[in-house]
Amino acid sequence: MSTAPIRPNKPQLKLHIPEPKHRPGDKPDFSHIKVPKPGEVAKPDINVNAKDTHDAAYSFIRVLGDDNKAHGSWDPKVDVETLKRGLKHMVTVRHYDARMFAAQRQGKTSFYMKCTGEEAIAVAQSAALDPEDMCFPTYRQQGLLISRGYPMLDMMCQVYSNERDPLKGRQLPIMYSSKKHGFFSIAGNLAMHYSQAVGWAMASAFKGDDRICAAWIGDGSTAEGDFHTALTFAAVYKAPVILNVVNNQWAISSYQGIAGGDESTFAARGIGYGIPALRVDGNDFLAVYAVTKWAADRARANLGPTMIEHFTYRVEGHSTSDDPSRYRPTDEAKAWPFGDPVDRLKKHLIALGKWSEKEHTEMETTIAEEVRATQKEAETYGTLGSGKMASVKTMFEDVYKEMPWHIRRQRQEMGV
Amino acid sequence: MATMNMIQALNSAMDVMLTKNPDVLIFGEDVGYFGGVFRATDGLQKKHGVTRCFDSPIGESGIVATAIGMAAYGLKPVIEIQFADYIYPAYDQIVSAAARLRYRSAGDFTAPITLRSPYGGGIFGGQTHSQSPEALFTHVCGIKTVIPSNPYDAKGLLISAIEDEDPVMFFEPKRIYNGPFDGHHDRPVQPWSKHKASEVPDGYYQVPLGKAAIAREGNDLTIIAYGTMVHVALAAVEDTGIDAEVLDLRTLIPVDIESIKASVEKTGRCVIVHEATRTSGYGAELTALVQEHCFYHLEAPIERVAGWDTPYPHAFEWQYFPGPGRVAAAMRRAMEG
Repeated sequence: MSTAPIRPNKPQLKLHIPEPKHRPGDKPDFSHIKVPKPGEVAKPDINVNAKDTHDAAYSFIRVLGDDNKAHGSWDPKVDVETLKRGLKHMVTVRHYDARMFAAQRQGKTSFYMKCTGEEAIAVAQSAALDPEDMCFPTYRQQGLLISRGYPMLDMMCQVYSNERDPLKGRQLPIMYSSKKHGFFSIAGNLAMHYSQAVGWAMASAFKGDDRICAAWIGDGSTAEGDFHTALTFAAVYKAPVILNVVNNQWAISSYQGIAGGDESTFAARGIGYGIPALRVDGNDFLAVYAVTKWAADRARANLGPTMIEHFTYRVEGHSTSDDPSRYRPTDEAKAWPFGDPVDRLKKHLIALGKWSEKEHTEMETTIAEEVRATQKEAETYGTLGSGKMASVKTMFEDVYKEMPWHIRRQRQEMGV
Repeated sequence: MATMNMIQALNSAMDVMLTKNPDVLIFGEDVGYFGGVFRATDGLQKKHGVTRCFDSPIGESGIVATAIGMAAYGLKPVIEIQFADYIYPAYDQIVSAAARLRYRSAGDFTAPITLRSPYGGGIFGGQTHSQSPEALFTHVCGIKTVIPSNPYDAKGLLISAIEDEDPVMFFEPKRIYNGPFDGHHDRPVQPWSKHKASEVPDGYYQVPLGKAAIAREGNDLTIIAYGTMVHVALAAVEDTGIDAEVLDLRTLIPVDIESIKASVEKTGRCVIVHEATRTSGYGAELTALVQEHCFYHLEAPIERVAGWDTPYPHAFEWQYFPGPGRVAAAMRRAMEG
């Protein structure tokens, strides 16, 4: 291919391919991220115009400071019991993740995905929402199920695709579903649920219901058309929906710049659609709680959607099938300037004089034992490949409400 | 009872369902105040209110996605994709979500949406307003595909589709919205008012999904068709004088295999007709089904008449459209076989 310019007197164009700042072997450095002091971003009225949320969409809303205390107008002033419960749920998620990840490595299931470092998002948001509100999550919001009291035993049985799997062995591990817990069925086709969530919210408004809806998406899949469709429909119909973007910096091996994060913030996408937008320190339990409450208040007041970018870091690989040391420095998580969400909330509770290292260690021990015992029980119902699974006959059910003749015939052909 | 063309019958079906079920709502491009580019939703917004029948942004994937979310909530959305040719942006939502939701959630969530969309040629719409994409949907398990051929069926089938608990693709043969076009494009257009099936009850009734109709009884040959091609087939029967039975499938999935078997076993000969392109078209599935179920009754190879495997060319409407001449030729081949 010739590289000679066709018109030598014109400046030559160059194709830009974004690259992350650091690759394996480099020393990670996040000094380019300007971390504001907690309380620096003012809290607007819920009736704010989208264009007036510019600062909130480009800075970071933070509450918890290095002194482990809450600061500024975004301090949600949450009661201690809620904070303790949040801490417990985050620790539970972390233990659950560790157990299931190990189970995959032991060959007990095919696949698993952790949310390490991102626990505050699902857990704090669950605390800020009403239990009846509807969630359209991705595969990294297992914290919603833990917080909403979905049985961990059922989560594990789903991961094992065993005879107690509520989804009858039909779904890849972690693609849970529970209408009762307001947790929409997860799909591997990314972003599709984002615009479906807007439809659910429209339906709730259509019926004069009082429940709102929340949806989550990763930084990577904001590049899908469904993301932009969701924003258009949400803005047009003022849907009572909270549109969350979890920017954990990595989409498998592609850094967030490949989704367009270098040129603007993901939160700022909302402003262009007329949707008030906030960017929050996603590792700050109090800040995540506060912005969610604010967005929920907007939705409940018929003021429409809110876009929230949760700025966080995916500490582990994308999934059990991923090896992040191939594309990013292994010590990047340690250099992350926003710390660890569990550690920060723990220190806050200690600073309040409501918690201690001793109590924390005891809680960790209790949770570890509970998760271990639940896993043991789950395994009595089988693990993937153990032969203990839903009846194979059920494979043909639920394609339609009533089984049509051609599927019945195929089931007969299989002899079940 | 009133005399209705197909548009009026579809409008009546939606009117009946909006009245009967407060969870039914209609949206799509231009369907609200204006009443749709083909007038199918004319007057519905005025009669039932803006939240029951409203305009959507030009975003087919968003129309389907929001309908899925509404259905998961418990509503019965009826959505219009303005032309079937525009459905592809929504394909992912239909295939990966609407069709899969019941299965993947083990019945916890469902997506009983009704998606109406005008399809087919014969209107000089060029390649972006003439396509027949039904086989892209019959291939997908978890959704039903319905195509009416006359006003009476259109209303009854649409009511059944809206009341169905699974997602239904409801393709409307737009060439016969206003009259039973039989493919003889050089002859005067016939209005529906001269056709028996234009007598449509004003109120609620169902035509069941999954049941074919016999458009013409005959003994020597079976023609399997749907949509506009039912009328083209009837014209070909008239033109050839062959005593053919014309089976109007009405529902493609789940297909009425019993009616197909009964007819082909009686006649021993079969011609399958559709407007869509031939290769991997729904006719291929029908051919396979007839072969599997009726092989020992067949006295001749199964014939297929379909659109050519090219895009629908604007200036060559009648060279492309599988008209009565091509159907008649296939019938004669089947009779000689």
